[in-house]
Amino acid sequence: MDIVIIGLLLGGTYALMAMGLQLQYGVARIMNLANGEVLIAGAFGAFWFFLGTKASPLWSLLFVVPLAFALNWAIYRVLILPLVRRAKNQGKLEVDSILATFGISFIFIGIMVAAFGAQYTDYSYLSQPIFIFGERYGLNRVVSFGCSIVLCAALYLWLHKTRAGLALRAVSVNPSAAGLVSINVVRTSALAFALGGAVTAAGGVLLSMYLTFDASYGVVFTLKALIIVILGGVGDIRGTIIAAFILGLAETAVASLIDPGLTLAAAYILFMVVLLVRPEGLFGRRTA
Amino acid sequence: MSTIEKAPLVGGEALGVSVHERRTMLISVLIFIAAGFVPLVFDGYVLQLSISVVMYAAFATSWLLFSGPTNYIALSTAAFFGIGMYVTAAGIDLVPYSVLIVASGVAGAIMAAVVGLATLRVSGVYFVIFSLGLAELVRQFMTWGQHVFGTLSGLYVTVDRSEPMYYWQLLLLTGIIYVVGWWIGRSRLGFALRIIGNDEVVAVHCGINTARAKVVLFVISSTFASILGALIAPRWGYVEPVVAFNPFLSFQVVIMALLGGTHRLWGPLLGVIPFTLLWELMSIQFPDQTTLLLGVCFLLIVYAIPNGITGLIEDAWHKRGKTDGSLPGVLQRLLNSSAASVKSLLQRGGIGNA
Repeated sequence: MDIVIIGLLLGGTYALMAMGLQLQYGVARIMNLANGEVLIAGAFGAFWFFLGTKASPLWSLLFVVPLAFALNWAIYRVLILPLVRRAKNQGKLEVDSILATFGISFIFIGIMVAAFGAQYTDYSYLSQPIFIFGERYGLNRVVSFGCSIVLCAALYLWLHKTRAGLALRAVSVNPSAAGLVSINVVRTSALAFALGGAVTAAGGVLLSMYLTFDASYGVVFTLKALIIVILGGVGDIRGTIIAAFILGLAETAVASLIDPGLTLAAAYILFMVVLLVRPEGLFGRRTA
Repeated sequence: MSTIEKAPLVGGEALGVSVHERRTMLISVLIFIAAGFVPLVFDGYVLQLSISVVMYAAFATSWLLFSGPTNYIALSTAAFFGIGMYVTAAGIDLVPYSVLIVASGVAGAIMAAVVGLATLRVSGVYFVIFSLGLAELVRQFMTWGQHVFGTLSGLYVTVDRSEPMYYWQLLLLTGIIYVVGWWIGRSRLGFALRIIGNDEVVAVHCGINTARAKVVLFVISSTFASILGALIAPRWGYVEPVVAFNPFLSFQVVIMALLGGTHRLWGPLLGVIPFTLLWELMSIQFPDQTTLLLGVCFLLIVYAIPNGITGLIEDAWHKRGKTDGSLPGVLQRLLNSSAASVKSLLQRGGIGNA
């Protein structure tokens, strides 16, 4: 029972972080391998804020999210857009953007190591227990889960109820057709990329409340987010959320039943099964 | 003979060897022999540096065998290298070292086949992602296995080898990789892969079994990385998961190959030599900032020299006929073309109009 609850709590935060990548990969079509580093940067932001002010790290969302938005907007405009324009086809763009975002992720790691050091970092906030069905859980996990569900719901509503959200979904389905109905594809993609980065950084703030991290830990989150996005189907928010919970449950089950060191292996086996059985993901559209 | 000499080499179907090719082969063999004399002339630091260069040349060229023609960025070098090291370390007290070198290759080939069959049937991005985490995945399994079976986390590998011997072993392997790469380039398989790299849909319509071609090449390329692990293991002497499966290696190999250029077999060599020397210098100067520097190198290569050094050389060479063909003229155009690619990127990008 506690495996299920811890798994669901973890899955909630994973959902938020994977939504960030979903926006970047599903809408802007950029495989951003620096995604995990943005998450860790968010976590460091919360850590730094908490140490400095002793106020709730949730307040750090107020500056982490806009900063991440601006930074990712700039990354898209300055570094990614030239590659989009240079690329002859989608395959070339994928190779270029993978390499470029690798470079960006290393630069992120280098800066974070210089600023915060390479050691493991964590802080203690709301670490008193809370009882659910008679079992003890960390209050910080529950609060983090709640916040990420609220953010996920807000994002979902924004995507489905507003005009800007509609434009984003249109670009996700077909960028060239979206251009025909006078959607500014470049701006919309930049918006999706920036928003994705902001959402990921928010996920980092929430994860930092109960997770130990270090500057080079981002790649693990990049991988997890990618696996979730592919598992759920590229371009499908519903699928992403469900896949995030599946991954959260699978990891928790493996960690508590077999060995805590094998969480990534669990994610990978899940990934392999999906690739073999249903490469387009749980809810993905089958392409030709 | 004359028809063979004029036959275009693009098809890989021409069975004869042209004059141009024969000249390239002769030059390659001469360079190979000259490289063999290095340990007789130098020792100490220079020899160590030469071993690094040859090691990375072997890594980058074997990486290129698969990733060059297909444009699939494989980030799994560290995983296969680690497998080779572990096979060697685990069996060193039981069987002769030469058997272990073969066993490492076989182990790497099996893992590559499994990974390839699962990931290479679908789009390239999934393969990149999978290969990115492969080293970490294998490392987790190794650590867990050692934990469960109660062995120590590190293993000692003691084989009596002198430094020149390591150098010659690695050089020989590099030579073998070159010959294999050259042979693949001329075979039907190599032709199929170039089509896949250019347009996978077209390749499928030509009746190429794309998945099979990709898996075969991935297996060949990864086998070499595993054998390299077996060759390096005794030089390091002590093998543990964190060292053997260090993902940094995968990135270094990719960046060297990209720097050299991925569309020529000899491209990586031109990247490996300057990068190894530069890296040596930089990691002495800024030991704490290697990751940051690696990131900057990645960006520089992607934006400034997307076709690598070989691309720059060939551009300059082709323009030679139009203007002056002297060496200073060619070098001048080399600089011009790399500056031009940065400039055009800046103009096309958002910087100018944002």
